[in-house]
Order: sequence, then structure tokens, then C-alpha cells
Amino acid sequence: MIRIENLKKKFDKNEALKGVSLTLGESTVAAVMGPNGSGKTTMLKCILGLVKADSGDIYVNDCHVNGECEYRKHIGYMPQYSCFPENLKVKEVMAMIKDIRGNHCVYDEELIEKLKISEMNDKQIGQLSGGMKQRVSSAAAFLFGGDIIILDEPTAGLDPVSSEIVKNKILEEKKKGKLIIITSHIVSEVEAMADRIIYMLEGKIYFDNTKDELYNSTGKANLNQAIASLIETAESEEKQ
Amino acid sequence: MTTLKILKYVLYDVLRSKMIIIYTLLLFAISFGIIYTGKDVSKAVISLLNIVLLVVPLVSIIFGTIHFYNSKEFMEMLLAMPVKRKNIFWAEYAGLSIALAVGFAIGTGLPLLMYGGASGSFYLILSGIFLTFIFTALAFLASVVNKDKAKGIGFSLVIWFYMSVIFDALVLVLYFVFSSYPLEKATIIVSALNPVDLARILILLKLDVSALMGYTGATLQHFFGSAFGMLFSMGFLLLWAVMPTLLALRVFNRKNF
Repeated sequence: MIRIENLKKKFDKNEALKGVSLTLGESTVAAVMGPNGSGKTTMLKCILGLVKADSGDIYVNDCHVNGECEYRKHIGYMPQYSCFPENLKVKEVMAMIKDIRGNHCVYDEELIEKLKISEMNDKQIGQLSGGMKQRVSSAAAFLFGGDIIILDEPTAGLDPVSSEIVKNKILEEKKKGKLIIITSHIVSEVEAMADRIIYMLEGKIYFDNTKDELYNSTGKANLNQAIASLIETAESEEKQ
Repeated sequence: MTTLKILKYVLYDVLRSKMIIIYTLLLFAISFGIIYTGKDVSKAVISLLNIVLLVVPLVSIIFGTIHFYNSKEFMEMLLAMPVKRKNIFWAEYAGLSIALAVGFAIGTGLPLLMYGGASGSFYLILSGIFLTFIFTALAFLASVVNKDKAKGIGFSLVIWFYMSVIFDALVLVLYFVFSSYPLEKATIIVSALNPVDLARILILLKLDVSALMGYTGATLQHFFGSAFGMLFSMGFLLLWAVMPTLLALRVFNRKNF
């Protein structure tokens, strides 16, 4: 579904990505983890076309990402922070997404119902709380049923009930054969949903394998300890 | 087609913005006040001219810059959809410019219409609309080249200050240094380098007050009064709107979000 080959990106003197290669297939929940500034967001933004890579190639469903926008019809995206214009009503936001995506899509309105988005229909985005905005944002990401869904901190700011609804939705979509990429600093959330862990450090992929393989290689029983062990190993390698 | 779809929602958003509503009401109150107290619409147009030349560029460039930075996350969300970058740019630019131009036209034009208008009213409104589009384009240009919001707003203020204040001082120095040379033709060329000056000259000449500007005024009247002069000024105002927009679009197309 997504293939990245030797992706490099520099912002002035800062090398954000130092030759990242990655292949992600269907029916997967992949968690991209790593400390701040490790290149997670840059890599995801390169996939979305928000950041233009200096070199390397990205293929989404065998379509080369080179400035064209058609490949993005396969992708649903939920940014970390709500991004809709403050003076638009919730129903207008949903109508806008449908307008832009076109009428050929089959809309998945399950989250709209479960997250009770209709109750907020006539409210302007500026009148909503942070959590309510995130509910709208997550419903919008799943609305048009893309094969690939990229979620940046999907449950940050959500109340426990909404958070559980979104988590279940992610797992359901995985069962349908979709690829879901999440970034999160909440280890318990990653542990509950992800089956593949991609750990990035200083612009490179330091670990990329299944969750079970991470436990085996680090000899730890939970993700928190396994990640801590990864960081310790990386630090000791750096010292040597 | 995609541009129009996005434009519709940008317009919904901007036209409901408190800033636009306040801008329109403020212009209406000022215009109405000036015309009502002066009782002479022709003289009121001259007073309004000074306000239009100062306020319209300032509001357009500052509101444009703030709007661009506030819409950054929205643009990122749109860019993650199957939409071309240029569609998003044109929708944002057109949406904001149209909303500001409508606010200006209602705020300034309605009181003039209520009092029956005067010679120069049409050119006052036309120049204000041109300045709105020009300074919104400059705002977008300042925003796309600066990642930092504070720097972007600062850069926009410098552009406005240069066009509205410093440029005139520089021109005065130029005229003073070269006072022994005939400068009438140079005046026309120099005026084209600043859209605010271009708008000012255009309206003043249409108000028949060029006699106050002496021989230079007569030369300008002769030039701008002709069909070619009109085409010249309109052409340069259009160029001032198009060039920064295309430059901003070029940077926007390559920008990392």
C-alpha cells in the first residue's frame, strides 16, 4: 500500500530524514513512535505531500508521489489539532468534505452517529471545546472510507468514551483490510491497537517490526519497558 | 471547479468573521459621518480618499496575513485531500479578497449612494477594491515566505509603511535632488511604482483638483485624463494585484507545511 525508498529531507542544516525506507501493507495498524524531532511528522507529511522530500521515492498504492494529488483519494487524515475554519458550522464542514471528495465516494457515517456529531450540527467550530473539535476531526477522517488512514495523536483530547469508540473503529477498519498509521505518545493506546511498531531516532528508522518481535528482541513483557530498553540500547550505541 | 467548491466555504467563514463585520461598520460610520457633517459629497470624497488610502491597505494586509496563518492547519487538511495546491491558494486568496472588497464597497459605497454620489465616487470605490486585492496579495506573499507568524505580520507592516509613508518621502527627496530637471514624465513613471500613489493620483485627477498641483498637476491631468492614461493606471494597478499573487502562488506550490 505504501512504499518509501531512501527518503531524505533537510530543513536548512537540520537533517529531518536521513534515508528512510519502509513498506506498509494492508490490514495493519502501524504506530510511528519516537522522541520529538525524530522525523515522524516529516515522514507522514511527505506521504501526504505536505512536505516535499529532497530525494527518495514514495509510492501509495503503486502510484508515485510526485506532486500530483490524485493518490490522496485513498488517504484519510486526522491532524493532531483541529483544523477547520472557526466560523463554519459542523454540518458545513461535513458538507465541504463531501463536496471536495466528490459524489462517487461511499460515505462511512458510523463515527458521525457514535460520536453524536449531529447534535453539534448547527454549532460553529469556534464554539466547540477542544475535545468536541477532535470528535469532528476523527469523524471526518473516517467519513469517506479511504484504504489508508493516517491519524496524528488520534485520541489526544478525547473523553474516555469517545476515545474508546475511535479505538474500536481503528481495529474494525484494520479487519476490513485497511492500513492505519498512527502517531502517539500514549504507550497504552499503541499497545492496545498497533500490531507493528516503527521507532524513529534522529531521522532514521531504528526499529521496525511487529509488537511481538519487539518484546522478544528486548526481552520485555510490555511496550513501555520495551521502548525504554530500545532507547537505552540506542544511547549506549551512540556512546560507543 | 474545485477552487469554486473551496471558495464557497472560505467565503462562509470570512464573511462571518467579526473583523470583517467591524471593518464594514467602521467604514460605514466614518463615511456616513464625513458626508453628513460636511453636507458636500464632493468634498467628502476627498476626505474619504485619505482614509481609504490609509485604512484599506492596512486592514487588507494585516487581516490577510493573520488569516493566512490561522488557516494553515485548514490548508494542511485540504492538502491531504485530492486537491491541487493551486486550487487551495486561489480559493483562499479570492475568498478573502472578495469578502474584504464587499465589506469596503458596502461600508464606503452605501453612504455615498445614499447622498446621491459625486464625481470621483466610482473611482474611489474602484481604487479601494484594487487596493484590497493588491494588499491581500502582498499579505499572502509575506505569509508564504515567512514560516513564523510574528515575522510575517512584521514584514507585512513594513510593506504597508513603505508604500503608505516612506515611498512619498523618498519621492520628495528625489524631486528635491533633481529639481533643476523637468520631472513631469518621471512623476508618471514613479507613481506606477506604488499602487497607493497610483490610486491617489487617479482619484485626485477625477475630482478636478489637479490645478492645485501646478504644472505637474496639469501634466498628470493631461496624461491620466486621456484614454491611454486610464489604461496605464488601470493596467499598473492590475499588474500590482497579479504579480505578488503569482509570486506567492509560486512559493506556495513549493512550500513545506
